[in-house]
Amino acid sequence: MDRIPILKLGGVLIVTIQVDMHDRLALALEEDLTAMIARTGARGVLLEISALEIVDSFIGRMLVSIAAVSRVLDAETVVAGMRPAVAITLVELGLELTGIRTALNVERGMALIQARISEEDDGHGSDRDRHED
Amino acid sequence: MKTDGAEVLTRTLTEDEAAILDAWNTSLREGSSLQSGRIREAELKTQAKAVFGQLQDALGAGGLDADGTGFVPLRESLADISRSRAIQGFTPTDTANFVFSLKEPIFEALKRASGTDATSLAAGIWAAGKVLDRLGLQTMEVFLASREEVIGRQGQEIAELSTPVVRLWDGILALPLIGTLDSARTGVVMENLLQAIVDEEAEIAIIDITGVPTVDTLVAQHLLKTVAAARLMGADCIVSGIRPQIAQTMVHLGVELNVVSKATLADAFAVALRRTGRKVVRQQASTEGRG
Repeated sequence: MDRIPILKLGGVLIVTIQVDMHDRLALALEEDLTAMIARTGARGVLLEISALEIVDSFIGRMLVSIAAVSRVLDAETVVAGMRPAVAITLVELGLELTGIRTALNVERGMALIQARISEEDDGHGSDRDRHED
Repeated sequence: MKTDGAEVLTRTLTEDEAAILDAWNTSLREGSSLQSGRIREAELKTQAKAVFGQLQDALGAGGLDADGTGFVPLRESLADISRSRAIQGFTPTDTANFVFSLKEPIFEALKRASGTDATSLAAGIWAAGKVLDRLGLQTMEVFLASREEVIGRQGQEIAELSTPVVRLWDGILALPLIGTLDSARTGVVMENLLQAIVDEEAEIAIIDITGVPTVDTLVAQHLLKTVAAARLMGADCIVSGIRPQIAQTMVHLGVELNVVSKATLADAFAVALRRTGRKVVRQQASTEGRG
């Protein structure tokens, strides 16, 4: 069975989804990713989905649950590079992915994760408010 | 012997052409389309003459079937006339009357031609009525179709005009919304905004609703959808320009916009600049110069 590769870069796991997601693939990814976070103690997960053209409610839910599981294991999930059509579809499906950080591209996504890691390392982890107006 | 209405009609039209055209022109002149000043008398006269000539040809060639091939040139020129009237802003009555006002002169001519022959008169009137009614209806159809076209085009233009995405700064977009938000427009707005976010690699989008007259639960829902979609793309949204009355209405209705909102576009822009690590400062010189 196909599996989606998970790359480790420093304390961050990077997953780029470049094939059409089907349900079994999504479940396998969730499982692999969870195991990988636990094994490596990663602090961040970057899901790059710019090649993902089709989403359904299952894939949307999978993104939410990956983020939730990662959070339990103390890793921040950032979804990067979502296409406009995908964003519209998810919103119309009522899946607003609350609790997931998003970024326009991998670069910004990495910056978000790095910022979070260094913030926590500085000992300000308890009150991180990214909009200090 | 059965009297052929088409034949009576064709003969009368040919023999009495001048009188019929004269009477028709008179009645057109008295009609309201000329008085509204949208068309000149000479033009009206030319149109009448052309249509009359084509009516004669059509009757000669194709009998009474106004949908038949013999009537094609006549139908086309009538269609042209009503299309141009629709664009010039004529009323439907004026447009239809152009054809219907031909009835009376023809009936008069038939009466003159038939004399005491009631059968031939009835047949002629029936034939003329049938043809002219059909032509009048076709005129109306074309008129309405052209109007619909005009309205559709205007709607499209308004939709295009009212959903611009403006680049305020590197990575900062503004979306000034004007007019009521409905589902169709929200779709267009959302697509434009998301595409612009991708193109400009924007971090922050400011949705300015100063030009939105009312915000009810539906509009709020549309706004929230747009904000949520932008967030999924990795851009933050700020809503600005909520007027005091609208803010009150929203609170009374129990509408909650769980997004960052600022009073004016300027405030939102300042926040956006700050978040992207920029700052607007007054230059020392101008501070001194202008106080």
